[in-house]
Amino acid sequence: MENISAQLTQVAPLEHYILLSAVLFSLGVLGVLLRRNVIIMFMSIELMLNACNLLLAAFSAFHSSAAGQIFVFFIMIVAAAEVAVGLAIIVMIYRNIHSIDINELSKLKW
Amino acid sequence: MTQFLFYFLSFVAVAAGLMVITAKNPVHSVLYLIIAFFAIAGHYILLNAQFLAIVHIIVYAGAIMVLFLSVIMLLNLNKDNEPAKSNVLKLAAAVAAGLLLVTFTGTLKGTESIIASQPYDDQIGYVKALGKVLFNDFLLPFEVSALLLLSAIIGAVVLVKHDLK
Repeated sequence: MENISAQLTQVAPLEHYILLSAVLFSLGVLGVLLRRNVIIMFMSIELMLNACNLLLAAFSAFHSSAAGQIFVFFIMIVAAAEVAVGLAIIVMIYRNIHSIDINELSKLKW
Repeated sequence: MTQFLFYFLSFVAVAAGLMVITAKNPVHSVLYLIIAFFAIAGHYILLNAQFLAIVHIIVYAGAIMVLFLSVIMLLNLNKDNEPAKSNVLKLAAAVAAGLLLVTFTGTLKGTESIIASQPYDDQIGYVKALGKVLFNDFLLPFEVSALLLLSAIIGAVVLVKHDLK
């Protein structure tokens, strides 16, 4: 165990974790802006949530505090609830208009 | 060795994330996203967060992605009939995401001074330590999240039910 703990700083400096999370988050934003399929936009949102999770876990490890990992745990709970309700809404939309193209879902737009 | 593993896992995560948003077939997107999730689980193990790594694999790769796959199969969406956006919109999306990345990179200034705190506690990622924190300091959020999951279950059932009287 001492071996692993001594290696933590040698694995990668914190800014590399921040950079990796930033790249993953930007990829998620790009997916939401680029695609028209609602399900793929939904998956991009999952990618963004995971970028935040990774950042929280990295800070938790670097500060030796368990609070960050507990927050990742709660974010996972919220993500699971979000996916269950969101996919139910997508199924309902598909039943009504037979499409999940984001451009067809513009009735709330004025 | 672990350093090489970090960069390898980072490369896999970013490449799989890129494939998620560029794959034409939604089923392929789901499979690439699962690869990205496994790479992130590897990162958690490198960070000494073993409990998180296992929960991440069980919840994301095991439950959420199966839900995605089953909805795609249920709606019969596994064909690429998605009309493409115009090139101007694609360029605007790429520029917007790139500017966001530049902004995030700007926040890196000043983080060089953050190093792993001493003495380093490598036990915080285990179930025993995490459970003590979760059930002492975070007991109320834990109970509220149970309510959240219950309301999500009821909400999902109510939404997809056909003739709810």
